[in-house]
Amino acid sequence: MSQTIIWTIATITVLGFLLALVLYLVAKKFKVEEDPRIDEVEKAMPGANCGGCGFAGCRAFAESAVKATDLDSHFCPVGGNDTMAKVAAILGYEVKAKAPQVAVVRCNGSCEVRPKTNEYDGYASCKVKATLYAGDTGCAFGCLGCGDCVAACQFDAIHMDPATGLPVVDEAKCTACGACAKACPKRIIELRAKGPRGMREYVSCINQDKGPAARKACANACIGCGICVKTCTHEAIVLENNVAYIDPAKCKLCRECEAVCPTGAIHGVNFPKPLDKEAVKERIAERKKKAAEAAKAAAEAAAGAVSSASLRDPVRANAPEAATNAVSSASLRDPIRANAPETAPAAANVDKNVDKKKEEA
Amino acid sequence: MARTFSIGGVHPHDSKISRECRIEPLPIPPTVYLGVAQHIGAPAKPLVAVGDKVKVGQPIAEPGGFVSAFVHSSVSGTVKSIGPRKDLAGKDQLTIEIAVEGDDWLEGIDTSDTLVTEIPADSKAILDKIRLGGVVGLGGATFPTHVKLSPPPGSKCECLIINGCECEPYLTSDFRTLLEKGEQVVVGAAILQQVLGHVRCVFGIEVNKPEAIAHIREVIAKLGYKDMEVLPLRKRYPQGGEKQLIDAVMHRQVGSGALPISVGAVVQNVATALAVYDAVQKNKPVIDNSVTVTGECFPKQANLLVRVGTPLSFIIDHLGGMPADAAKVISGGPMMGRAIANLDAATLKGTSALLFLTEKQTRRAPESACIRCGKCADACPMGLEPFLLNRLAKAGGRLEDLEANAVQDCIECGCCLYSCPARIPLLDNIRLAKGEVLGAIRARAAAAKAAAEAAKK
Repeated sequence: MSQTIIWTIATITVLGFLLALVLYLVAKKFKVEEDPRIDEVEKAMPGANCGGCGFAGCRAFAESAVKATDLDSHFCPVGGNDTMAKVAAILGYEVKAKAPQVAVVRCNGSCEVRPKTNEYDGYASCKVKATLYAGDTGCAFGCLGCGDCVAACQFDAIHMDPATGLPVVDEAKCTACGACAKACPKRIIELRAKGPRGMREYVSCINQDKGPAARKACANACIGCGICVKTCTHEAIVLENNVAYIDPAKCKLCRECEAVCPTGAIHGVNFPKPLDKEAVKERIAERKKKAAEAAKAAAEAAAGAVSSASLRDPVRANAPEAATNAVSSASLRDPIRANAPETAPAAANVDKNVDKKKEEA
Repeated sequence: MARTFSIGGVHPHDSKISRECRIEPLPIPPTVYLGVAQHIGAPAKPLVAVGDKVKVGQPIAEPGGFVSAFVHSSVSGTVKSIGPRKDLAGKDQLTIEIAVEGDDWLEGIDTSDTLVTEIPADSKAILDKIRLGGVVGLGGATFPTHVKLSPPPGSKCECLIINGCECEPYLTSDFRTLLEKGEQVVVGAAILQQVLGHVRCVFGIEVNKPEAIAHIREVIAKLGYKDMEVLPLRKRYPQGGEKQLIDAVMHRQVGSGALPISVGAVVQNVATALAVYDAVQKNKPVIDNSVTVTGECFPKQANLLVRVGTPLSFIIDHLGGMPADAAKVISGGPMMGRAIANLDAATLKGTSALLFLTEKQTRRAPESACIRCGKCADACPMGLEPFLLNRLAKAGGRLEDLEANAVQDCIECGCCLYSCPARIPLLDNIRLAKGEVLGAIRARAAAAKAAAEAAKK
């Protein structure tokens, strides 16, 4: 009995050593030379394998990063600047810090403000719904509310709010991997710079319909009126296809656009104090008044010179120096125009002023 | 035993409750809305401007590409606006709005009922008339007919099939057309026969329409056409599908990605044959089509001759308004039709029916897990495996596998969804994947073309 056990142990031990030898030799013979930095980079990655960087996973990112000549086309949205600094240190590259981003839902058409025009009873998937028709409200651009973004999120950072029927992003959890933005067939979700202390200002609507149609479909829609564009003193807002868009790089977070927006489509988040619309409106009105007064004074001075000139030589009325004067006066009145390269509209203004002056005379 | 196609198919109850209703002309609405995308392919380009006076049958938009068709004014009046308007699905489409004034037809259009049996000898002239008449496939796909009748060089047509299956439940407009305008349809088929080179012509009609089968046989005998016959087919959905009908009539299978002409067949719908007759013999372009208005909850069943561009709400009001218990209105049949999101939208050339369903009829049973029973694979008339395609589509990003499993061959007939005991939304997922795969195939073809051109240079 005991002999059998000893034999068994001996046989298995010898067999184990032999097989280990085979494994060792095979491993030696077929060894793949791999850059050891790949493993190091992979260790520095968050390991979420979310694909937010555009690669199949953290390993694929590491392989590509090691091969690349610089890190300009590589960025891990989940790990952010800290991770990228570590990766750069391993690979000896320079890395440019990127502003942290967050997913922003650009639709504020909640159930109350965006009445349903029909009932959708099909398969609960935004993608399927978008291929079938324009949606169950009058707005063909807004959130479809089936939650494809929620299903796409690996970080549990986006949820449907049953009260509004719209998705809400949990900023603490959002890694800006962009999975939700890709999943949304209406392209509502945008990755946007998080802003200082999370403060940011954005237009929460992408409805490209003309004003009346947009408003009919949703009380909170951007109607493309352009008041925000006119109010903004930082040239941060552009109006394209009947929708305003705030450039986060230019926005100075003064919240004036938010105060003047007639439909409340512009949202400011994470500000320490709630927005006092009246105070901001007063501030804007006062600034406009001052600018108008200054402009009037400047125009009068310019027009005086021009009208005397025009008596002598009517062609001179459009002379360049008159136009330059007009530009400076116009720039006080209208801050957006201030940096406008063309002087032609400003020259037109001075002509009008001249006419006015003549009438008064 | 009557013939049918060889694989798949289902047997929904035919529910043809409007079969006894004669086709009646609907009064002309006060305003019509003619979309420029009335067909598959490139949208047409408007030829008129706001304020122009138009007559019935006057072309108001010209083809915007090779696969495209003319759009004609279906009424006489003034062009009120040209701009985006919401279509049946609530999406914006470029639409020409015409305010109706009288009913003044363009000169040269024969509006009499006399049957013209003499077919012009010149096939080219016939094709031109079909093109100028804006004739498209009225069976539902609205593919421009003149393109279908010009087979690519090297292919030869052996058989013309006139599709009178009307396999979708509820629909009766083709059936009524066969009964009431049988002569015109048969002459239209004879015209198509001549264009295709005097080929054999077969009328494929399902056996649940015995009156139509008898009537068309009678008409063919009366008019004395030789190479024309009626083939009764067993009732089975989707027999009206092009590939299924070719299988049923000719016992030939059209390969994956191939056109019917590859097996020598051209299929035209009954309504298209009538439109061809009108365009060639009467100079009348496609300005109206017959629409079945039906549903158990709808008090007044009807088959109406409707001018293209009539608002749906006008049709419903004419028949006594929306029934209280209607929960869903469908454009087309219950199997392949689409639910209408916007009742202010106007009819298109291809609108064949308005179907009203109740809450009970449209209720979706909750989805449960797939039990691998294989019923969907049995039912698929294209020989696909819907359960597999569904899983691949849901997994996301499996385009190559989807293509290898021929998702692009899906005809979206809905047999899989109809037969699934677990009520899995197979078609919804497969349709989505099909769109993605077709997009990838097109992108690949475009890339290959560009590469070939670059190589030439």
